[in-house]
Amino acid sequence: MLTDLYVFGDSPLHRTRPVVKITALVVFCSTLFIVEGWASVLVAGALVVTGFAVAGLKPRHAFVSVRPALWILAAIFAVQAYLTDVVFAGFVVARFVVLILAAALVTLTTRTSEFVDGILSALTYAPAWVPKEQIALAISLCLRFIPLVRAVLEDVRQAQSARGLDRNLTALLVPLVVRTLKTADEVSQAVYSRSFD
Amino acid sequence: METRNVVFIALFAAIVAALAVFPPITLPLVGVPITAQSLGVMLAGGVLGAVRGGLAVVLFLVLVAIGLPLLAGGRGGFGVFLGPSGGFLVGWIVAAYAIGYMTERLWHRLNYLVAAGICFAGGVVLLYAIGVPWSAFVAEIPIGTALAGSLPFIPGDIIKCLIAAGVMVIVKRSYPIITPKSPAMPQTGM
Amino acid sequence: MIEFADVSVEKNGVPILKDITVRLSERRIGVIGRNGSGKSTFARLFNGIEAPSAGTVTLNGVTERKALRRHVGFVFQNPDNQIVYPIVSEDLAFGLKNLKLPRDETQARIDEVLARFDLAHLRDRFTHQLSGGEKQMVALAGVLVMRPTMIVLDEPTTLLDLWNKRKFMAAIDALDEPVVVVSHDLDLLGHFDRVLHIEDGSIAGDGRPGPVLARYVAGSQC
Repeated sequence: MLTDLYVFGDSPLHRTRPVVKITALVVFCSTLFIVEGWASVLVAGALVVTGFAVAGLKPRHAFVSVRPALWILAAIFAVQAYLTDVVFAGFVVARFVVLILAAALVTLTTRTSEFVDGILSALTYAPAWVPKEQIALAISLCLRFIPLVRAVLEDVRQAQSARGLDRNLTALLVPLVVRTLKTADEVSQAVYSRSFD
Repeated sequence: METRNVVFIALFAAIVAALAVFPPITLPLVGVPITAQSLGVMLAGGVLGAVRGGLAVVLFLVLVAIGLPLLAGGRGGFGVFLGPSGGFLVGWIVAAYAIGYMTERLWHRLNYLVAAGICFAGGVVLLYAIGVPWSAFVAEIPIGTALAGSLPFIPGDIIKCLIAAGVMVIVKRSYPIITPKSPAMPQTGM
Repeated sequence: MIEFADVSVEKNGVPILKDITVRLSERRIGVIGRNGSGKSTFARLFNGIEAPSAGTVTLNGVTERKALRRHVGFVFQNPDNQIVYPIVSEDLAFGLKNLKLPRDETQARIDEVLARFDLAHLRDRFTHQLSGGEKQMVALAGVLVMRPTMIVLDEPTTLLDLWNKRKFMAAIDALDEPVVVVSHDLDLLGHFDRVLHIEDGSIAGDGRPGPVLARYVAGSQC
């Protein structure tokens, strides 16, 4: 399928059920906003560092998780330092880092397939008005078709580059969208044929 | 919901994911990368309509949240929603829905300019109306400052509106999916 | 036996099939016709993907559309549009799950169909990583695992190379179930029991493959 961000391991964190980890993450993040201050950020930071150590994750994993937000965090630090003071700027940025790392801890220790299974098994307890089978089908179909749509995009890109249009987004998107929509008709026929309602 | 609609939702979520392969251009200092992916979000609404477009974006974001690196630059996981620009991702759902809603209403009058206007209203005005206050709240900065920090992205977003509008109008002619909400143009002889 | 009685199909006011009446009880039936002749729509009537605008399709007494699809398996031209799950075993389980079969029965049937076509090594593979030939075999297995009474294949070998085409058709020939193959490829149909030639939405030829195919080829020369 698609590679997920999971880092292989066998720690207690890896073994915890996804639903427990997500609940913990929600509580953790909410608490950080409700109990505002350096004290809570420091405690939370210590927890996250412990979590990384327990899960056997490296500082490299932490850095990779925070890296996409680095520029914007630097900008926020500068703005806060200018508007308020350096200590508060440090606090806001530190809180972001702790939040992102806490989330990374969940992401890095849980396989995508565990989440999918978790979602599907949660759906069996969902009330009758929830279209469970259709949600399950949508998730599977999307995972199935991402590699295929990527291949179509590559295909279209090559076709358009032969005409010198490979940097023209309209010339790429129209065939990509139309081809995918046409595929959808036959895919729904196939799904119907196999007794899905 | 009809199976065909489920398939449309899943395949459009796959399109949004596949568009991540266009390398993002990240402007220094502001950080929100300019990606072809938000084009996919506009198209989800503009091609599939409000409900299917919105659900396609929901599905895409669920897959991102559960750890697939489907955002441009290979980002994914819960962390992307907790960063300063998380509001823009959540805002995508509303943007796709709103663009779809307006497209359905204006279907019989949809031309390039109308489509561009719809994309601007949903994909820029509304999206920023969600993303900017969200950043202001989580970064504890004044809204005006957050808005000023987002301004450098507006030109890129306007370009995306123009591209998305062109695609919407062509797809409307060649392979329309939306069933319009507005009354059809009066036709003679019917 | 499947019976078409005065079946017509119209789409957006355009007639696609006109008053088709035919009874089919042979084990191997071929359908030929030019692009746009209506043969794909004809094929899709067998299992209810398409509904007749007028007339009825009856398979062993069954006429209801959703019951038809339960009895008639359908293999599409492009397996990429037919395989809906990321992993082979999941895809094979899809139809059985829709039939609400118990889990152990599902597993037993998957094992059986994989063994039957020598595909056991593909069981846990990602479907998008399979070769074209493997994908078409998995698509066929996904249909057979549901134990249909009859199987309809719409141009199943168009995307296959010669080698895979032979392998696939050998698998089809070995099936006990009645088979209907829609194809441009006349080689496939030479040894069939009966061939229908569809032209402009009507049956233009019907009978043993020899004469029907000969007339079809002759018609294409002008």
